[in-house]
Amino acid sequence: MAIRERLSGNEAVAIAMRQINPDVMPAFPITPSTEIPQYFSSFVANGKVDTEFVPVESEHSAMSAAIGASAAGARTLTATSSCGMALMWEELYVAASNRLPIALALVNRALSGPININADHSDSMGARDSGWIQIYSENNQEAYDNFVQAFRIAEHKDVQLPIMICQDGFITSHAVENINLLEDEEVKNFVGEHDPENFLLNSKTSMAVGAYATPAFYMEAKKAQSEAMKNAKQVILDVAKEFKALSGREYGLFETYKLEDAECAIVIINSAAGTAKDAVDNLRAQGKKVGLLKIRVFRPFPAEEIAEALKHCKAVAVMDRSDSFNAHGGPVCAEVKSALYGLDKKPLVVNYIYGLGGRDVKVENIEEVYAALEEIAAAGKVEDDYRYLSVRA
Amino acid sequence: MYTSLKDTMNKKERLAGGHRMCAGCGGTVAVRNVLRGLHDEDHAVIGSATSCLEVSTFMYPYTAWQDSFIHNAFENAAATISGVEAAYNVMKRKGKIDDTYKFIAFGGDGGTYDIGFQSLSGAMERNHDMVYVCYDNGAYMNTGIQRSSATPRFADTTTTPVGSDSNGKLQGRKDLTQVMAAHHIPYVAQTTFIKNFSDLHKKAEKAIYTPGAAFLNVMAPCPRGWRYPAQDLMKICNLAVETCYWPLFEVENGKWTLNYKPKNKLPIEDFIKPQGRFKHLFKKGNEDLIAQFQQEVDERWEQLLRLCEE
Repeated sequence: MAIRERLSGNEAVAIAMRQINPDVMPAFPITPSTEIPQYFSSFVANGKVDTEFVPVESEHSAMSAAIGASAAGARTLTATSSCGMALMWEELYVAASNRLPIALALVNRALSGPININADHSDSMGARDSGWIQIYSENNQEAYDNFVQAFRIAEHKDVQLPIMICQDGFITSHAVENINLLEDEEVKNFVGEHDPENFLLNSKTSMAVGAYATPAFYMEAKKAQSEAMKNAKQVILDVAKEFKALSGREYGLFETYKLEDAECAIVIINSAAGTAKDAVDNLRAQGKKVGLLKIRVFRPFPAEEIAEALKHCKAVAVMDRSDSFNAHGGPVCAEVKSALYGLDKKPLVVNYIYGLGGRDVKVENIEEVYAALEEIAAAGKVEDDYRYLSVRA
Repeated sequence: MYTSLKDTMNKKERLAGGHRMCAGCGGTVAVRNVLRGLHDEDHAVIGSATSCLEVSTFMYPYTAWQDSFIHNAFENAAATISGVEAAYNVMKRKGKIDDTYKFIAFGGDGGTYDIGFQSLSGAMERNHDMVYVCYDNGAYMNTGIQRSSATPRFADTTTTPVGSDSNGKLQGRKDLTQVMAAHHIPYVAQTTFIKNFSDLHKKAEKAIYTPGAAFLNVMAPCPRGWRYPAQDLMKICNLAVETCYWPLFEVENGKWTLNYKPKNKLPIEDFIKPQGRFKHLFKKGNEDLIAQFQQEVDERWEQLLRLCEE
């Protein structure tokens, strides 16, 4: 039976964590994800979970301890944001190369500087090549649902990679919305027991983790990661299918909204997709053929599927909530453009950098983007394909 | 329990031969003898900071470690092992593990005094049931003898080179053992390789089997970095103790104990003269530098005597 609740995104993720009842949670507070370890500590303090909560002295140590715990054989998770993730950077790569299925609740926040506590994707986009699976969430319900699915994906024998479930700081982490929760038992049965094949605390045989790999071996380790990431795509879909049977809620690699016959489309990630859907509805009411593609799974990147979904469009705007500072576009746009490259007939593509450091994104701002797409489609070319939305000149 | 040198040396070896550490390396001697503090029936998970020790003992696809082993990065051996210990607690509580495990993290002075200092301090303050062992060779030896905060005053290193305008490192060494004692953890000790090693063997066992966090600082000379003949390891260690450069002491639940007091405290020249890294101190006109070094050793020794109520 579904439980109807009203929760913030942080509380929803914390409840998913309680229902998962992990073995170890090392964590360090940082706005806007602080509430997650706070809620979780109260579960520990009140005997609601069996978890060892390790209140470490930094995010670097949070991920270091998570790596130790996961290698030891414990189901391990943590939460962070922004500079906290930046401090973990080195360790993100170690977790992935050691093939440790750690789950991380990332509440997206701008990286310093200037220091800023609000949403953008510079933290997770910066970590896009660290070897972690990345799944994004439009709203509180998706943040909860994605977190419930996280360990099934990460621990799958064909994958064994760490996973981060991302949601936008404050916009969804602190906003309270209606949400449907699963029963504790349902989550417990869905997630199942953690049963690693190799682990440090296996008394039958010892194990060594974290070898020095010379050039004779380093590349094979990386190729194995690459294969695991490829495998993750099907596993994500399989887990989503099972999750649908349990919850009735459907998830794929991405979501399309009125895209099938759209001439102009935008590609977007996380909470602003909700705003953009409103813009699509307004413009559709005016008879305009507009649609949207919301990326859920950014790592692995569903390149072929996205190309297939966008190939009929005349013009596409890729929305980036972070910049690559390469002087020609953001990271999502680079991926989408590269996905479209193999098409014989390609849509025209424009990139918008938007919403940095929590800059408000309104329905009318997205409508401006669609208006620009209409012009691009009519002109048959893109004059300036790297633009900033809603910024002072 | 510690019985005799013979019994201790007859224990099974937990670090296999064939690793790539240098001949005469103090780090290896420290590790092998700390591991002798483990009871044969107990398992251990050993952690290591990135260091000579790590790259020489666990080069894929070979490991010299008989026990489970984890290397993570340079600055986080303590945090990593604290995570392993947390996993053990919950898995034991849930009945997933029956056996007894002990947890030991090793780091050089670079990974301990400097880049790993925060991780170490955090893990010790949280009082995980683990031992952190620093094998202190007084410089970043793995990257080629750069100064650390454990490097003694005036040492010639590759980042404090002696030159026309330089007499080596300008600063004195950080007293990390005292810093760790200030964490008020159950057990802190400082030792090195002396006589029949009983000081080290006893301290290792005590550190491993004292519930809660323990810190062991083992002076582990590096013949390459200190520039003395590799076979003189025991002579160098003896002189470090007899000159009171490296006193042997322990702090158990706040009680300071001096484990050895030289009958005739030797001058610091005796310790530094055999080492090439201090050669410039014996040039004519540098007598005052040796006097400064001596003064530092004397002041620290006097302070330690007061703490130990000697």
